[in-house]
Order: sequence, then structure tokens, then C-alpha cells
Amino acid sequence: MNLKRLFIAFVLPLFCMAFANAQDKVVTGKVTDSKDGTPLVGVSVVVKGTTRGAQTGTDGSFRLSVPANATTLVISSVGYTPQEISIGSGSVNVSLVAGAGTLNEVVVIGYGTQRKKDLTGAVVSISEKDFQQGVITTPEQLIAGKVAGVQITSNSGAPGDGSRIRIRGGASLNASNDPLIVIDGVPITSGGLPGSSNPLNLINPDDIESMTILKDASAAAIYGSRASNGVIIITTKKGVKGKPKWNFTTQLSASNNPKNVDVLSAQEFRNLVNTYGNTQQKALMGTASTDWQNEIYRTAVATDNNLSVSGSFKTMPYRVSFGFLNQDGVLKKDNYNRTSLSINLSPRFFKDHLKVDVSLKGGLTRNTFGDRGSIGNSVAFDPTQSIYSGKTRLGGYFEWLDPATNKPNTLSPRNPVALLNLRDDKSKALRSIGNIQFDYKFHFLPELRANLNLGYDVAQGTGNVYVPDSAASQYPQGGQRNEYKQGKENKLLEFYLAYAKDIPSIKSRIDAIAGYGYQDFLTKIYNYPSYRANGTLVPGSTPVFATDNPRYTLISVYGRVNYTLMNKYILTATIRRDGSSKFGKDNRWGTFPSAALAWRVKDESFLKNSSVVSDLKVRVGYGITGQQEGIDYYEYIPNYFQSTNTAQYQFGNQFYYMYRPAGYDADRKWEQTATTNAGIDFGFLKNRITGSVDYFMKKTKDLLSLVNVPAGSNFTNQLVVNVGNVESKGVEFTLNTTPIKQKNFSWDFNFNVTYNKVEITNLTKQQDPNFKGLATGGISGGTGNTIQINSVGYTPGAFYVYQQVYNANGNPIEGAYVDQNSDGIINENDLYRYKSPEPNWLLGVSTSVAYKKFSAGFTLRGTFNNYMYNNYFSNRGVKREILNPANFLSNGSRNVLETNFYNSQYFSDYYVENASFLRMDNLNFGYNVGKVFQNKASMRISASIQNVFVITKYKGLDPEVNGGVDNNIYPRPRVYSAGVSLDF
Amino acid sequence: MKFNFFKIAAVTACAIYLTGCTKDLDRLPQNAVTSATVYSTPAGYKQALAKVYGAFALTGNNGPAGSADIRGIDEGTSDFLRLYWKAQELSTDEAVVAWNDPGIQDFHNMNWSSNNPMLIGLYNRIVYQITLANEFIRESTDAKIGERGISGADADNIKKYRAEARFLRAYQYWVAMDLFGRPPFITETNTIGSTPPSQVASRAVLFAYIESELKAIEGELAAAKANEYGRADKAAAWSLLARLYLNANVYTGTPRYTDAITYSKKVIDAAYTLHTDYRQLMLADNHLNANEFILTINYDGLKTQNYGGATFLTHASVGDNMNPSNFGINGGWYGIRTTKNIPNLFPDYNGTADKRAQFQQNNLEINDLSKFVDGFAITKFRNVTRSGVAGSDPAGNFVDIDFPIFRLPEMYLIYAESVLRGGTGGDATTSLGYINALRTRAYGNASGNITGAQLDLNFILNERARELYWEGHRRTDLIRYDRFVEGTYLWPWKGGVKDGRAMPAYLKLYPIPVTDLTANTNLAQNPGY
Repeated sequence: MNLKRLFIAFVLPLFCMAFANAQDKVVTGKVTDSKDGTPLVGVSVVVKGTTRGAQTGTDGSFRLSVPANATTLVISSVGYTPQEISIGSGSVNVSLVAGAGTLNEVVVIGYGTQRKKDLTGAVVSISEKDFQQGVITTPEQLIAGKVAGVQITSNSGAPGDGSRIRIRGGASLNASNDPLIVIDGVPITSGGLPGSSNPLNLINPDDIESMTILKDASAAAIYGSRASNGVIIITTKKGVKGKPKWNFTTQLSASNNPKNVDVLSAQEFRNLVNTYGNTQQKALMGTASTDWQNEIYRTAVATDNNLSVSGSFKTMPYRVSFGFLNQDGVLKKDNYNRTSLSINLSPRFFKDHLKVDVSLKGGLTRNTFGDRGSIGNSVAFDPTQSIYSGKTRLGGYFEWLDPATNKPNTLSPRNPVALLNLRDDKSKALRSIGNIQFDYKFHFLPELRANLNLGYDVAQGTGNVYVPDSAASQYPQGGQRNEYKQGKENKLLEFYLAYAKDIPSIKSRIDAIAGYGYQDFLTKIYNYPSYRANGTLVPGSTPVFATDNPRYTLISVYGRVNYTLMNKYILTATIRRDGSSKFGKDNRWGTFPSAALAWRVKDESFLKNSSVVSDLKVRVGYGITGQQEGIDYYEYIPNYFQSTNTAQYQFGNQFYYMYRPAGYDADRKWEQTATTNAGIDFGFLKNRITGSVDYFMKKTKDLLSLVNVPAGSNFTNQLVVNVGNVESKGVEFTLNTTPIKQKNFSWDFNFNVTYNKVEITNLTKQQDPNFKGLATGGISGGTGNTIQINSVGYTPGAFYVYQQVYNANGNPIEGAYVDQNSDGIINENDLYRYKSPEPNWLLGVSTSVAYKKFSAGFTLRGTFNNYMYNNYFSNRGVKREILNPANFLSNGSRNVLETNFYNSQYFSDYYVENASFLRMDNLNFGYNVGKVFQNKASMRISASIQNVFVITKYKGLDPEVNGGVDNNIYPRPRVYSAGVSLDF
Repeated sequence: MKFNFFKIAAVTACAIYLTGCTKDLDRLPQNAVTSATVYSTPAGYKQALAKVYGAFALTGNNGPAGSADIRGIDEGTSDFLRLYWKAQELSTDEAVVAWNDPGIQDFHNMNWSSNNPMLIGLYNRIVYQITLANEFIRESTDAKIGERGISGADADNIKKYRAEARFLRAYQYWVAMDLFGRPPFITETNTIGSTPPSQVASRAVLFAYIESELKAIEGELAAAKANEYGRADKAAAWSLLARLYLNANVYTGTPRYTDAITYSKKVIDAAYTLHTDYRQLMLADNHLNANEFILTINYDGLKTQNYGGATFLTHASVGDNMNPSNFGINGGWYGIRTTKNIPNLFPDYNGTADKRAQFQQNNLEINDLSKFVDGFAITKFRNVTRSGVAGSDPAGNFVDIDFPIFRLPEMYLIYAESVLRGGTGGDATTSLGYINALRTRAYGNASGNITGAQLDLNFILNERARELYWEGHRRTDLIRYDRFVEGTYLWPWKGGVKDGRAMPAYLKLYPIPVTDLTANTNLAQNPGY
């Protein structure tokens, strides 16, 4: 690998370089918080005009040797107003003021940084102190509920599982709605690996310093074709100059399910079968009383340990961290284990003219998967049966047998405990993301910088599954012994020139960049044959192709100009031109411009001296972004693909692999989103109250949507083509307040609220009032049933259902629906669109109080006016499923006692429930112990509860299910944790 | 200074831009080939032909599922036969289904709309197969074969393939005409792209096109019984012509019974014979019945796997007290049965006299469509060989049974019906001989034979049911006999009521799916929808 060679040739020798320091005099001092006088740790103390500096220790004190002629120290820390202090004769004591300095905070943006006060777009940066607390194992969960307009929903309660991230709702129907994630300048691919579904879970959240969310086009358009869904920039912690600072944190947690799915108890089940079942069905019941959910879930324990050291080697700052996480899932056998290593080096050369930042992150996860199928089977398995059959067959487990063959019934549920115990499923995933960034400030022209960033993102997932031939789940196949493997290799080259210049003569400042980017994404797929448990080959499973290497490339040129006039009027303009290999020659280049204006009203003469208004800025921006993620790499090319071993066709005595022409769209091009954003940032009372209001409107055209193409015009009936428009608009409001701020007592209260509405405005090339839309949202039950639809005039994914008719007592009448078109028959034409899973309102509330050494806080998060299809009720809440005619019984939902339905009524709107919720994500307590171990270290202890409670009308297990169809997710546990953090 | 900066930036950007990295934007899939490669060798032609045929049997490029041809429908239900069978059988007295798949109960209720997912899937499958045939025909012209340097016996073979692709296209146009009336019309001259096809002007126009195509390829197809098993020969084209002419009055208003006699006779005279045992027709090794089968859709439990076709017919018809191992499968799907109208056509339910009666005698009456035991189950399709050995898939999922699109008895029945309906060129004595041949096989002796006086049109319809039930003919037959929607002939749950009821005449054609009406403004809906 090129990078490795480069590293050895260039970076390593730096370790050996020594820089001489003249030590003229020594300054000591202590830095404290103005609020309560507590010592501030890790504060940077630098001699003004030089790079010489130190950091404060755990007691807030520092010791620094300075040149004899030095007069001033600059003392700064994130979240505090920097101060300059004259160097006197004695010890220097500084008290830093929190909060008010936030305006001078520097925010990481695309290709550079910017002062917060100069921002023209909708940009939110969340730093470590505001992250979610508790055991957070995957980075995106750090900011759940913290940012207006950003919805982060974990996919399930499984350890290491990912989340669905939506910034201002989605912009697309069939392409991706996931934001672009950039880690230390390396845009990473979305999508996981086999054996590791969440690409972010290989990053240790403890290594993250800040996360910046670029919400509107003017902020994000510098990322052009990948920016339509917003951008999240993750910046990891860097080394800080000074003596080595060690930090060790450890957390121990225990989690369990707050509740189980509401199934019929053994007694209720017996009553129901005895009342409604036939003789044969009654005879099928057992004599036990088994709570299958209790048999598959457990209290799960996790430990998370992180050790980091930060300091400087000679003059080179470094940070090295090591993390080890071992987390059991509440589902028995489930285990997630991550070892992570992160190294950051920041050498500087030529009097800081050349800055080099090296960042290497590596993660190794080992997963043991409990059979997830046991979750669905635990709510469907007959509670009157015992776990074991008392016989040796089928591993000794009770299973439903086909009386005719005495083999496992192919239609019945499987014993959940057997599923868990008779499956061995392990995976290993490795990922490394790294980059080296050179930033050279020209000697002859210091306003000009050249920046070269070389990065890589490689990953590999492997795994094995073993199921013995005695397992009922794989009985006809004879068990399985399979392996899988997939790799990813992504490369990045970015080069840009940056120019910044103050021109006092015209009261202007110009800050501009122009750059070039090359990024290549390669997936390495390995195909293996399938084997039975005894190691014999499953006939026909030998893959025709042993490997596949899908690959795509993105080439870009981009530029940005920031122009500031009189420190009050700020103009930002960006342009990016992207070329993607996913499109044909005539369509592959797209241009994505943006422009934004900001007016710092506060700096006008009439407000400058206001003591009430401490900040006021008005922003407007407009930009066009693109989208090409989530679509096939090659679908613009006419190709033929060969069929597999099990899809051959017979002529005579010979079988032939079929050559199939694939559907293609030679005209496919970028999806484009035009975003308008208008916002106000404000601060009152010395910024004790700050916040912002943003209005946005996103219009997406040329949607990459899967639509019906005219039959006979292509080798497919549905194709992703550029058809359709979606509009979304919304308002975001953020308020951060500090109602109480005293020496020993402070209280922070922050909340954000978002209103968002998404509507499909067009879906077809021709308008047709009879066209209902495109079905989506597959459900369990029947074959091929869908419950949602994308229709013009409605929110994407609206439920498409029959309107239930109720009797006088308010109970649903089985099979009775409203005849919407009054034609006397109930058929597909009577389905109507009812609600949608997309919330109109998002709410996030965070608060914390500190009293002396104690602190406490919580985070609340909610969504409102979102609905959920309760597929568990519709599928298992009918007698027919319980009294199955196929010689077995299944447990059902207690909902059957309410509806009394015999037959499945999948399409009744009765099952579409209000899934608005308010969840307390986190409740945490901290105590700053202070000095321990003979003053060698300082210690902080903490305790937290995650998933404290949920307030909702939703009758299923959990109102938060991605996509809108609730069909037994892996339950989200409640997590109790305690932790210790040591600095030494 | 500002000028300098932009100059530097512009020069750098241009330099990088021009250095040629942009060629990296031409990425090609590793495991795909272009049409030029596919059609560069005779073997490639045959593999492409395998797709034109295989699209009848399989749902996609991966067996049993994973790379579907048709989107917007569950892949397991998206194959040709399963969808065609539902449209032809569930809408009649021959079959009922217990399931609640989207749109499936509409067939019993006769309340299907242009949004019915099954009909959308079937329509798309039919047109997809036509599109595949067109591509093959386009790539196999004499000029193209010549350009690619293929000559001699290879070129002769490809010409045969081309005629077969035209046959398969004609077959699918016949299906489309029978079910939907006026489908979009596309031939090898239409190119792939976004241009919407036009609609067939009338059924009569399409009828004439199908007829002319079949006659045009007659000379190019292999002689009857001379082609590989599974590939179409002259007899296949004659059989389709015979079926087309039998129903000509329905399609065009002009009877063509004389032609029906001519072409059914051509098949009959081509040395096909009845297999001795009716109960061995739909078994795992029924490829041995090639003397009776004129053209089949071929399935294999290991190499041609999917959840439709014969796998559907076998699994879905097993349930409750039926032992799956008797059917060579690992379990029943508790789905399809028949109404009492069909068992009642037989002298007894056990098949003691007429061996074609293959029923599992559950409840004769159907009180609840969703209950598998309501309605007799049918045991015609069994994935065991003549000697009782289960099919080739050891897991018992996928079956080996081939499905005959045409078999000899249909030609006997077409001949006899056409004579009765006034066609010339045939005679009643020959008709009676053919019918009694069927009955002799069914009874094992002459005890079931009928007299000339008993041979009337009503008898023919009933005999067709007895001989061909569950083979995809019933809807077409009932329409030809004016018994599909009319109140004069009822069956349980016809029109969604237990005793059956008359339904409007427009239902004799299925609607053009709304998905295509929206995508293609050249199309008009059938009357009544």
C-alpha cells in the first residue's frame, strides 16, 4: 500500500527529530472555572505569537518555560472565552468564563474550519461535553436527540446494531436517504458488511471530539453529489502539546428488557383453544406452561474500557487510544466484542509552515449472533409445550411434527430455545480508516495554503454458520456449515489550495479554496458453496463466479469563496462538479452550486452596545445538491448476466445456464435537490440564552425512483429512472439556556423542536389520476403483501389500507370495511391512504445541573404524529393463526381477545396505530471525586440509566421501528451502568 | 493577489482534470457480458435461447429466488405458470385457494381491478417474455449470424432457435390476447429504451398476427418430435394454431372450426400416442411421457428451482391429513382445492371407474374458502417417479414434474368439438374414436366408452374438465361455452357468494394493469373497468 510506504519513508523519521528549546524562565499557574472555581483540566496555555505551550493538569495547574522576552500567555479551552494574561513575576491564576466564548469557537466544515460567527449555513456542531451519556457503542447515538432536524433511530436493541439517520427527513424514494459521513476528512461508504451491519460501529465513540452536522445546501453543497441528505463530519481527538496525559475510563453495565411482547399466557391460550378449537387441535396442546420470551432473553452485562494518552513526543503532539468493549445482547448467546486502536500524530515543520496530521483508526469486532429467528418464534410458539421433548431426536427439543412423516412440520413455528442453542453463528469484522493530511503554508505567500489528503478505508468481514442436522430449522437440508466473506477497499485523494487574506483598505476579508478529489470504492465479494452439517456439498450451490468486485469511482473539482465585508456582511459561494461512474458518459458530470448570505446584526452600531442582545445573525442560503448513493453501479449499461446453478433450463438431457439481458437506463443521471434555508441565530443576556430558528424548503427533482416502465420497452417492468419530485419543508428551533449560573450551582436547559412535512409531488412521466402509486412496505403474513404506498400528494410510505367499520360498542367488525368508491364491492379500489410513519414533529430536550462536585442530567427525545403498522397484531392476533389447520398450534397476540378476529385482516386501518412517543434516553449522575492516589490522579464517577421510560399510545412493544412496519424487533433494553474516569 | 490565486487554482484544476483520471469513471461489472459477447458463439446463442424458454419456468437468474425478472410482486409468485394458472383456474369451478395473498381472493370474488397485483404480475411476465424473444430474434437474423462468422450447421441451428423464439412470442401473444384482449405490441423492430409501445388495435388484428407468425415459421421449425425435449417443433405451432382457431369466434367473432380440425389433425397424425396410465402424467419422471406431450415447461428439483410452477402445484395442493412424502415433498402449503362441480363430473370420487378422478376427499362443500379441508384436494401432481421414488431434491422443496403446455388429448378434444361446432374436414366417427381413446385409458377398458349420440358439446366441455383439469384451460373453455360469467352455470363462491352468482360480461377480459396505463399513455383500458 502506498500509504504505508509513505508513512515509513516520511513520517517515521520525524519521531527521531529533536528540536532544541531554550529555557529561559518558568511560569506556573492555575486555571479555574469562573462559575464555580473548579479546576479546568486540559486547558491550553500558549505563549502568544509562538507555538510554545502547555496544558493544565487535573488540578488545573500548569508549568511552562517561556522565553525571557515573552510577555503574554494565551489561555484557551473549548467552550470558554480565551483570555490573554500578562506574564508577571508570580504565579498566574486565571478564571475562564464559560459559554460566552462559543462565538469564537471554530467549527469543522467541509474542507476546512470556520469561526462559528462566520457561518452562513445551517451548521450544528456537537462536542464531547454535549454527547449522550451512558454506554454508547456506536458513534451516531452520541447525538441522538441533540440536534434539531436530525432523527436518529437505532435499528434494534441488538449490540453493535446501527441506526437510521435522517437529516430533515429524506430527500429520495429509492436512492439513499442516509447522510454522508466524513471521518477526519475521509468520506466513508454507507452500508455494512456481512457479519457487521453497521459500518460505524468499528469507530470507538470515546475517540470522537466533535460531530458537525451540515444541514442545508449552502453548508453541504461543497460535498456536491453526496450532500442531498446532509453531511455529518466526525472529528476525532488529536494530541495536545504538553506532558503525557492519561485517561482511563471504565464502565460496567447491565441491561434487560423493560417489557415483553404481550402474548397469550398458557392459561389464556388453553381457554381459547378449548373454546374455539376442534378435537384434533385440543389434543395438540401440551401440559406445560412455558414463557418462551423468558427462555430466550436474559440480563446482559457489558464492560467498556478505554485508555488514552495524549501529549507530545519532542514537539510532536500525539494521541493514542485503546478501547475494549465486550457487550452481551439481551438475546441469549448474542455477544459483541470490539477492540479499537486510534493513533493521531500531528507533527509540524518549517516553523509550522507544514502541518502534518496522521490519523489511523482500527477496529476489530467479533460477533456471536443468537438466532434472531428465535425472537419471532418466541411469541408464536405454543406456551403449553415444554422446551424438551424427553427424546433424543431433534436435539432433544420439542418441535411440531408432521404426523404423516414424523418429520418437522415445514409450516409451523420452531422451538425458540432450539433455534438459539442449535445454531453457531460467528463473525469477525476488521476495519481501518486512516489518512495523512499535509497542509503547507507557502513561505513566499503565507496567505496561501496547499492541502493534500490521502486516505483509505478498508474493511473485511468473515463469518461461519453451523447448524447441526438434528436441528428442526434446517432439517430437510441436513443442517448447514457455511462461511462467508466480504471486503471493502476505498481510496481517497484530495488536494486543495486555500487562500485567506484580510484587505483592510476595503474592509474585506477573503477566504477561498479550490480543490480536486478522487475517491474509489471497491467491494470484494467472495462466493462460497453451501455445505450440510456433515460437510457434504449442497447440490447446485457451487457459485458460478467465485468472486465479484463491484466498484465505483467519483471524481470531483470544487471551490468555495467566503467574502466578509466590514465584519458584518458575509457571503459564501460554493461550487462542485462531480463525475460518477454510475452514469453514462453524457450524464455523469453534475454541477452543484450554492450561495449564502449572513448579516451579523449584532455588529451594527445600533446593537453593538446592547446588554440584552448579545448575538444576532440572519442567514439565507440556497443551493443544489445531488444524489447517487443507493443505486446500482452499472444499470446504465446494457449487460447480460448468467444464471446460477439452480436456475438452469433443460433442453433434452442437458441443462443450460441462461443469459439474461438486464434492464437498463442509459439516460440515468443525478437526482437533484434544491434547498432554500433562512435562519436567525440569537443570543441574549451575555449568551445565557442562545439559539436559532431555521426555515427550510427542499425540492428534489429527477428523483431516482423505482417506477413502472412501459411494458415491453425494457428488460424489466420496473426500473430506477429519473422520474418524480418530492418536496419537504420545515422549521427548526433550538434553544440553549443557562437559567442558573452560580459559583456552586448551575443549571443548563436545552431543547430543540422540528416541524417537517414531506410530500411527493410527482411520480410519473405522464399524469394519470387512476394511478394509485408504488407499493412499498412488505409485511409478514400472506405472500408478497405490502402495506404502504408512495403516492402523489402524500407523504412517502403512507399506509394504504381499508377503513375499518366498528360496531356500536366500538369493536372492529371482522371483514367490514368502508366502500370508499361506493361501487358495492370491496376491492383494491377501496384502499385509502391513512397516516404515515414519518413524524411531523421532532423534539429533543437535554438538561443538566451541577452542584459543587455533583452533576445530574437527562435527555428526552420524542417524535409526534407518526404512525406504525402493528404487524405483530395483524399477523398473530387472529384465531386462525393460533388454531392453525396444518396440525400445529401457535401462540397469538392478546390483541385477539379484543378484536375476536378469526381470519387475518392485514389491510385494516385498525392496525395502524399512533406511534408518537416521548422517550427518556438517558438519566445520568456524576460525582467529581477530585484527587486520588496521593494526588497523582483525579477521578470522576458516574452512573446512568438508558432507555428510562417511553410514553406512547402505541400498543406494541416499542413505538420506534424504522420504516413503519412493526414485526417484532430485537427489543431495546434498559441499560444500567456505572463508570469511573481517571485522569493522571 | 486575488487574481493570482484563481490563476493557480485554475491551472492546477485543469492539469489534474486533463491528466486522464476521468477514464476511471468507465467501470464495468466483472461478471457480466455485453450482447456482442453473448452472441459471438453458437453456445452463447443457446444460452440466450435458454433464457427465452427458461423465463416460462423460472422467476429469475438465481434459483430459487434472489434475482427476479419481474419486480413489484413476491418473486416466488412471479413465474409464468403460477400466475397463468391462477388467472385460468381460480376464476373458475376447478380451483379455490385458502390464502390471502394480495389480490388472490379477487379471482373467486370476480372483483379484480386494474390494481390487482397478480394480474399486474402476469401481464408483466407475458410482456417480459415477449421482450426477451424480441431481443433474441433481433440478434439472430441471418445478417447478424453472418457478421459473427457463424455458418454451416451452427447457423442452421440458430435459425431454428430464431423460429422457436418467434413461436414462444406468438404463444405469449395468444395468452395476452386471451386474457387481456389488447396488449402493447412490440416486435424485434422496437428498440430498448423509453419509447412506449403502441397498443394492438383489436383482438382480430392480433389474431391475424399470431396466425401469420405461426404459419411463417412452420417451415423453419424442426419436424414434429424431432427436436430436443423441451423445445418447440412444428407440432407445437400446429397445436397453438388449433387452439387459436377453436377460440377464434371469441377473439374475432368469426368461427374457424375447419382450420381447428385441420391443425389438430396434423398433430394427431404426427405419431403422438397416449401414455397408458393417466395417473402417471404428472409425476417427477413425466419427461418419459414425451410420446403424449407436445411441448413442456421443464422443471428440475436441483437445477431449475423456483417457488412457482410445478413446485407450487404440488406443495399448494397438499395439506392437513395428506402425507407429504406421498407427494415427494417435505410439506404441504394448505392452499388449493376444487369445488364440488369437478368431482361431480365423475362417476365416483374414488376413481374406481374413471381413474382420472384423483381426489383427497375432504369436505365436498366449501363453507370457508380459507379452510383447506373445505373442498376436495387434488392429488394429480406428485413429485414421485412411476416407481414411487421421491424427486431429485433431497430436501423435498423443489419438484421435477414437467408441465405440458400441449398434450395429445387436447388435440382430440379440439377435433371433436370443432366437428360438433360445424367445422368441415373431420367426421363424427373419428371424433368418437378419439374421445373413446381417452375414456379407454381413463377406465382401463372400454367400460367408459360412449356412443355417438352421447357425444355433444356439453359432453365435450365436461370431458375437457375430466381430462385436463388443473392444466390451465378452464377459463378459456367456460368463456367459449358462455358459462364463465353467465347465471346459467354456477359454482360455489363464483362472484364471492357461496352458491355462486351471475357476473357482468366485461369480466371475460381482465383489465389492462393500471401500472402500464400510467406508464404508457398509448394504452386504453378494456370496457367496463
